[in-house]
Amino acid sequence: MAPVLADSRLSPRSAVRAAPDAFWNPYLTGALLGLVLLATYAITGRGLGATGAFGAVATWLASLASPEHAANNVAHARYWNDGAPLASWTLFLLFGAFIGAFVSGVAAHRVRPGVERGPRVTDGQRLALAFAGGFVAAYGAKIAKGCTSGQALTGGAILNVGSLVFMLAVFASAYALAYFARKEWL
Amino acid sequence: MLPLSSFHEFSAAQSLAIAVALGFGFGFCLERAGFGSARKLTAVFYLYDMAVVKVMFSAIVTAMAGIFVLSATGLLDLGELYVEPTHYAAQAIGGVLFGAGFIVGGYCPGTSIAAMATGRKDGLLFALGMLAGVYAYAELTPGIDTWIKDSAQGALTLPELTGVGAGWWTLAFVAFLAFAAWGMGLAERRFGYLRPRAG
Repeated sequence: MAPVLADSRLSPRSAVRAAPDAFWNPYLTGALLGLVLLATYAITGRGLGATGAFGAVATWLASLASPEHAANNVAHARYWNDGAPLASWTLFLLFGAFIGAFVSGVAAHRVRPGVERGPRVTDGQRLALAFAGGFVAAYGAKIAKGCTSGQALTGGAILNVGSLVFMLAVFASAYALAYFARKEWL
Repeated sequence: MLPLSSFHEFSAAQSLAIAVALGFGFGFCLERAGFGSARKLTAVFYLYDMAVVKVMFSAIVTAMAGIFVLSATGLLDLGELYVEPTHYAAQAIGGVLFGAGFIVGGYCPGTSIAAMATGRKDGLLFALGMLAGVYAYAELTPGIDTWIKDSAQGALTLPELTGVGAGWWTLAFVAFLAFAAWGMGLAERRFGYLRPRAG
């Protein structure tokens, strides 16, 4: 499937750009991602994660206002890292992920500014929903102690019971709500 | 015996360099699969493109099989791998909220980075929403962290819970993936009419 950008304001130059390549086969790409996860376990003894990077940045922001508060708040303290919250392993992981995704996108002619949405919502509505969704997902990830990377993939691979509960809850919830969100996507 | 970290102390700089290198592979795979696109990701909930499940399950099964083989051959010490403590209520409630954020926001935390990297403004807004949410959690409801820590069931895996070995579970997951692949193919044909036309 070609990536569909509903943004109608693509610059005229986009017409002469190379068409985006097809995505890779999902099973093979998944196996490759599994090897990255396996390597992460074999090297570090831990798996992948993403939410921790956001925690590190939040703790850093809090420390700008008050280092004492950032070091003592129970949720910030996890990322305090002796006063160097930005030297976070997960933050550097996501920095690498940003570069990896960019390189992949450039090679496949998929890097172009735009907003992803269905035809029945405006760009502004979609951006507001993206922010709101991110906020709610963050709360969920904080309570569950992980997200699709840190719980579903990482925990799933070692048959962590809590991770499997998380994964079932994520899919049950999203499928139950998909009908109500259909205007945003279809 | 692996993991490397169990017998070799990485310096802080080495550790972060490893993070960037592994992250590169992580982000590359996500973008290759099409997960920088919110419509590709949410398509799984409308059943016309099941790539999210295909990629996730293939990744989990591959890593699971690799971990099983490495540990069965004595190359990897399972006891050295970190297992996030299980807390049934926290993971169920958190999962429900996370799923709602996923279908409304269009991304998960990792894929929002892949979306940002390929120019998606909604990916950037999702990431900013995540940051705001994580900040709000720490400031407004830090007590939840204490509650989870104090009432977690502890590290728990399916082999420990059921007494059935990891090898059998790995086989079961492979078999389930093969069966699901067949079912997902049917679903994609049945709901293919929902697929947006390229353009």
